[in-house]
Amino acid sequence: MNEIINIAINILLDPFIQTILKIVVIIFMFVMPLATVLTLMERKWSAMIQDRVGPNRANLPFADNFRGRGALHIAADALKSIFKEDFIPRGADRFLFTIAPYFGFAAALSVFAIVPFAAPIGDFTFQITDVKPGLLYIFAITSLGVYGSVLAGASSNSKFALLGGTRASAQMLSYEVFIGISLLGIFMVYESTQISVIVDGQNTYWFGNLIPKWGIFTQPVAFVLFFVAMIAETKRAPFDAPEGESEIVAGYFLEYSGMRFGAFMLAEYIAIVGVSVLMVTLFLGGYHIPWLHLWESAPQALVTILQILKFTLLSVFFCWLQLQIRWTIPKFRFDQTMALGWKKMLPVAMANVLVTAIIILLAN
Amino acid sequence: MEELATENKGQNLESEMEDQADASVMTIEIGPAHPAMHGIVRFTTQIDGEEIVDMIPEIGYLHRGFEKESENSKWIQITPYTDRLNYVSPLLCNIGYSMAVEKLFGVDAPRRAQYTRVIMGEISRITDHLTCLGAAAMEVGAFTFFLWFIKGREYLWELVEEVTGARLTTNWTRFGGNATDIPDGFLGELQERLEKIKDILRECDTLLTRNKIFIDRVKDVGVLSKEDSISFGFTGPMLRACGIPYDVRRSDRYSVYDDLDFEIPVGSVGDCFDRYLVRMEEMWQSISIIEQASDKLPAGPIAIDDRQLVLPDKKQVYGNIEGLIDHFKLVMEGHQAPAGEIYMPTEGGNGEVGFYLVSDGSGEPVKCRVRPPCFNFVSAMPAICKGGYVADIVPIFGSVNMIGGELDR
Repeated sequence: MNEIINIAINILLDPFIQTILKIVVIIFMFVMPLATVLTLMERKWSAMIQDRVGPNRANLPFADNFRGRGALHIAADALKSIFKEDFIPRGADRFLFTIAPYFGFAAALSVFAIVPFAAPIGDFTFQITDVKPGLLYIFAITSLGVYGSVLAGASSNSKFALLGGTRASAQMLSYEVFIGISLLGIFMVYESTQISVIVDGQNTYWFGNLIPKWGIFTQPVAFVLFFVAMIAETKRAPFDAPEGESEIVAGYFLEYSGMRFGAFMLAEYIAIVGVSVLMVTLFLGGYHIPWLHLWESAPQALVTILQILKFTLLSVFFCWLQLQIRWTIPKFRFDQTMALGWKKMLPVAMANVLVTAIIILLAN
Repeated sequence: MEELATENKGQNLESEMEDQADASVMTIEIGPAHPAMHGIVRFTTQIDGEEIVDMIPEIGYLHRGFEKESENSKWIQITPYTDRLNYVSPLLCNIGYSMAVEKLFGVDAPRRAQYTRVIMGEISRITDHLTCLGAAAMEVGAFTFFLWFIKGREYLWELVEEVTGARLTTNWTRFGGNATDIPDGFLGELQERLEKIKDILRECDTLLTRNKIFIDRVKDVGVLSKEDSISFGFTGPMLRACGIPYDVRRSDRYSVYDDLDFEIPVGSVGDCFDRYLVRMEEMWQSISIIEQASDKLPAGPIAIDDRQLVLPDKKQVYGNIEGLIDHFKLVMEGHQAPAGEIYMPTEGGNGEVGFYLVSDGSGEPVKCRVRPPCFNFVSAMPAICKGGYVADIVPIFGSVNMIGGELDR
């Protein structure tokens, strides 16, 4: 018996196995549940804003027509996308058409690889990997997401999809620039691009123990710029000209149906969670709870649970904020999206970098 | 193999078509199944990148043969058809048609009927503008705004239902009066609902009118100059947005609009934003008209006492022979309109809705022609859209407020 336990412990201590387990736990216990619930919450919350009831019809006929206030719509939607005809239009490039949805999906998921959920205990980290390039990895991965939209638009053999694909590529490539430049200030303040260093840097304080050096306080301009740029990068409203349901119908994923369409939708919601998680990590202290270090005798397990809780709550807050933005303001026209980026965000981001550099120079 | 051959054939045809045109120009079919076209119109649009090079509107998707059908119907049988002319303000078409026939007969409805017509007509104008602005705002992304407006429209349609018995298929007016009087306690309820509408208008005004993103989408988009608007034959809010205060209610002084005090809002540039503002202000003016008309509402009959025009009471029909004969004659032979032709313009939700009627003295019209305001708007769409972006079609078409029912008839 002891041997078996020893073998099990040895397996668990193996870093490779650990990484696999972390991936499984983070994706299936954090990302996917949050993203799926978001599909319903988006509809419920928009219904609340618009004085509607929202989805509440799906029920279980064998269980006394149990409805669960619409919660069953999650299952109904999933079943619907699985059983719908998976249609490939005539003249479409079958290979590209088939693989395109999964680019965005993979890119959206990859963000979670470097995000820490709690402080490390000994050698064990609550992070899949803490690569040295850190955020540069995220820039690289989000760029891959462009391929999904472009390939989907180009391979569909539909003019509206083609227009959507072109818009998506132009918008995503442009906004990557602003994402990068808006974060330069963060790199300068915390002197690294590595996520763990940035997060730990936010656990230091000004004026004794008064104000934590969170990203939102050290880089308030970058906070706004990064948030806006990330919303544009994920093509959410008000920057959803590539989808533009009222002008180019549904944009690049116009011809998709069934599970492949589901992949696009799910990728969008995973991207929402991804944006929220990055916002918390970079600007709101990550998992660090401010002033908790003053309680020196805090039990390790409790601290870890509190950290995970804080991280999750703030992530949910940012998810909610994105839903609220979407249902409050109208959409930008495509050229206005680009003008906002190049004519307004770029100069502001540059100025932010310059001012940050001068302040850091003077402070040293 | 066979499948592959058909595939290639399809692609070849398409590429041939594109070879004929300029290489950089792409033809896209916007509508009728396009979400912004509401299933009633198709724009064959040529685009260069995102810019519109040319555009051909194609109408007729809602053609029901209204005018031909009218020639085979009795005068009164046409009234229900006029409900369907404008499905966002059916009462205005009811009223317009009945007033046209009354003009042909040379009679006027009693004062009370005229005032209730004004009240119900202005309610319909508000529902028209609520739907138009709501849909236009939804299509530029302000979905919430749309549902708030539709909520307001529901309040009004419930009122319409109380008076006429139906929300859309009202069939309320008759020649020389109305089918029903307003029910007891209606005016109080009307006032309550108008307060709710005012709240919604104020709320939406703060949400949208000064919203930078919305202004960017509609300001200086879809501009048509004064001269062009006149030569295209624009009327209604589209014309007033250009700064020309032409309103049939004021210029023709029909019905009791002369007794009521209201302003005609005008725009300055004639872009989509001006049209939005004009419609918003018109709703406030309509509310004021309704309030004045409710205050001045006289007592009295709701239909004239003319056996040639108005069906007798059921009591008369079943009680004495004259009533029965009158009823029989009116139903079987129809209203015997004097021979002649008239044109009666009224101010619909969209602009001048005119009925041109020709009678040869029999119980049926020789011709019943409708002058729809949207026909002119849709014919001007290419002129408005050319040089703009594809995305501009959406707010422009939203501000045009095309109603397939009266356009295609």
